[in-house]
Amino acid sequence: MKADSSGVLTGVHFMDGDHAACEGALAAGCRFVAGYPITPSTEVVERFAARIPKVGGVFIQMEDEIASSIAIQGAVWGGKKVMSVTSGPGLSLMMEHIGFAVCTETPSVWVDVQRCGPSTGLPTQPAQHDMQQIKWGSHGDYEIIAISPNSPQECFDLMIKAFNLSETYRCPVFFMMDEVVGHMTERVEIPAADKIEVTPRKFTTKAPGEFKMYATTPDDLVPEMVKAGDGYRIHTTGLTHDERGYPLMTVAVQQKMMTRLIDKIKRNAHKLVDVRMDNCEGADIVVVSYGITSRIAHAAIDEARAKGLKVGHARLIICWPFPEALFREMASKVKAFVFPELNMGQMVRELNRAVVGKVKVVSVPHAGGTVHEPNTILNAIMEAAQ
Amino acid sequence: MNECGEYKDLDIQNPVLKVLRQDRIPHIWCPGCGIGTSLNCFARALMDCGLNLDKVAVVSGIGCTGRTAGYLNLDSFHTTHGRAIPFATGLKLSNPELSVVVYSGDGDLFAIGGNHFFHAARRNMDLLVVCVNNYTYGMTGGQVAPTTPLGPTQTTMPYGNFEQSFNLPFVADACGATYVARWTAYHVRQLAKAMNEALLKKGLRFIEVLCPCPTLYSRRNKLGDGVDQMKYYKEKSVIKNGADTKEAVLTFQGEIIVGKFIDRERPTWLDSMNKHLSVALGDSFVPYGTNGGDNGQN
Repeated sequence: MKADSSGVLTGVHFMDGDHAACEGALAAGCRFVAGYPITPSTEVVERFAARIPKVGGVFIQMEDEIASSIAIQGAVWGGKKVMSVTSGPGLSLMMEHIGFAVCTETPSVWVDVQRCGPSTGLPTQPAQHDMQQIKWGSHGDYEIIAISPNSPQECFDLMIKAFNLSETYRCPVFFMMDEVVGHMTERVEIPAADKIEVTPRKFTTKAPGEFKMYATTPDDLVPEMVKAGDGYRIHTTGLTHDERGYPLMTVAVQQKMMTRLIDKIKRNAHKLVDVRMDNCEGADIVVVSYGITSRIAHAAIDEARAKGLKVGHARLIICWPFPEALFREMASKVKAFVFPELNMGQMVRELNRAVVGKVKVVSVPHAGGTVHEPNTILNAIMEAAQ
Repeated sequence: MNECGEYKDLDIQNPVLKVLRQDRIPHIWCPGCGIGTSLNCFARALMDCGLNLDKVAVVSGIGCTGRTAGYLNLDSFHTTHGRAIPFATGLKLSNPELSVVVYSGDGDLFAIGGNHFFHAARRNMDLLVVCVNNYTYGMTGGQVAPTTPLGPTQTTMPYGNFEQSFNLPFVADACGATYVARWTAYHVRQLAKAMNEALLKKGLRFIEVLCPCPTLYSRRNKLGDGVDQMKYYKEKSVIKNGADTKEAVLTFQGEIIVGKFIDRERPTWLDSMNKHLSVALGDSFVPYGTNGGDNGQN
């Protein structure tokens, strides 16, 4: 369906990534945000607090990030599209509720404008420190989706994609920004509402009595949904549950529920590949990057090409699920991968796992606080080429 | 009598069964536990209050009382430990036509979830909060709670509790609740009436229900069984409607002040938001939830 025009600020703007992310959420139909102030993410909720009274919806500043991350889920079951926004320390507090959203299949968008950790770290300089935390931080096994923009324009465009994917797969979708992307100001073009495609919630058409909370078919592992107040008298729990949503704590039910929750993402992983390829065909070296690091990598790649090297660039838009199959295939064609990240080497673990020693993988870690020097990445490319 | 032991000729079906999820009965609570009694009172209040039960939702946290949501035939949410109130806050604000009830235990609401209660009451979020207080953590085996009076033994206070407990009605009063009452599992009629009254009131409403935990709290402290605790409630309760909540302190097996302590009006969070923003923003403000909710795009 098309976007609701009341939330779409059509036009050409000069705004930073935080503001653009907020506009993306409004355009995607987000009408409820619960948040707690934390730099460098606060501008997202500040803008939402100013904008939503004129659109129709609610912003509430909660008492902490724990409360924010569960208030949004209550709001989903009341019928709204929702988002919460935070940075590293706040994200750490939200961990338990990632699992709740996974287990109850509550579509929700979680924005993380990343800063340096661990702990209070280096506030509030850029980093890409939370890439593995979102995947493994909540207890138990689970699958999520994560998207990484590298510009204010992408903060708008990809935010709509984040909301749409959360509705399609009924899982938490993480929007992994960083301080630089959040605070850089650039041109942002917001199209007309009728040019924006939004995915509606997968509400059931079944009558109460015929509807089962978590019933799925072999072809579609994502259940239909209802909201509170419509007469379905639903039950939702973070306990292991059966198709009715009732807690049923047996090994068999656990196995069945877990398998479906994992498979609904894994089996669709091929649809969730979004990698922007730049001259990867025929390349000897492929630089892999995401977020702000991709823009630094770009400069290094230009220099390497000027030196006559055949260098491609594979930029991850969707970081989770990690596009394993794509890199496994690419591994048979290239001599090496170079993977700069604003952390001590997080997503490079996934790349290593995907290519299992077939080719050289050069990690280019950075503890954060600023972005890489292009020369650091260039040197890694030169080293990999030898 | 048929093969199931039911007297077919007599209409002896439990009168509150229709507001319970019959396919989830029997419940998990121990013999003599007061949570079921409180649920029975709540079920009666639901039947008597006149609300459309399709528009009533119940939210619980984790623990023995946290299982309440699963037994009520309402839209029901069994959330995470301590977080029933913020979940309910999101649910209510998202769909303001709902009456949202938080039903949980003392440890859940006032230890791990304490901060959320304080702020929901301060904001006057439109929620009814029922707190079953059995002075202990039941599900985990009888540890000290923020409501355990001075003296009794708990597994994590093996030589007797030396920590000061919360006086919950005083906390609720201080934080701004619009309705504050305390009853025990013995006072079933008063409790059902209070729940009925509170269901129909606006703002953050708080009811504390004192309940026996014969399996852990009573046994460990040699207080007898569930019936002995009911006798204690009967003998030591003093009804003082309108009492100063400061005086409602609980002591180990001491006097229990029960009654309706607070009944006042304050604008709810949503009413305040609508009123304030319609003045601040004039015509550019889109009023929210004033027509029974369901604003915005789903």
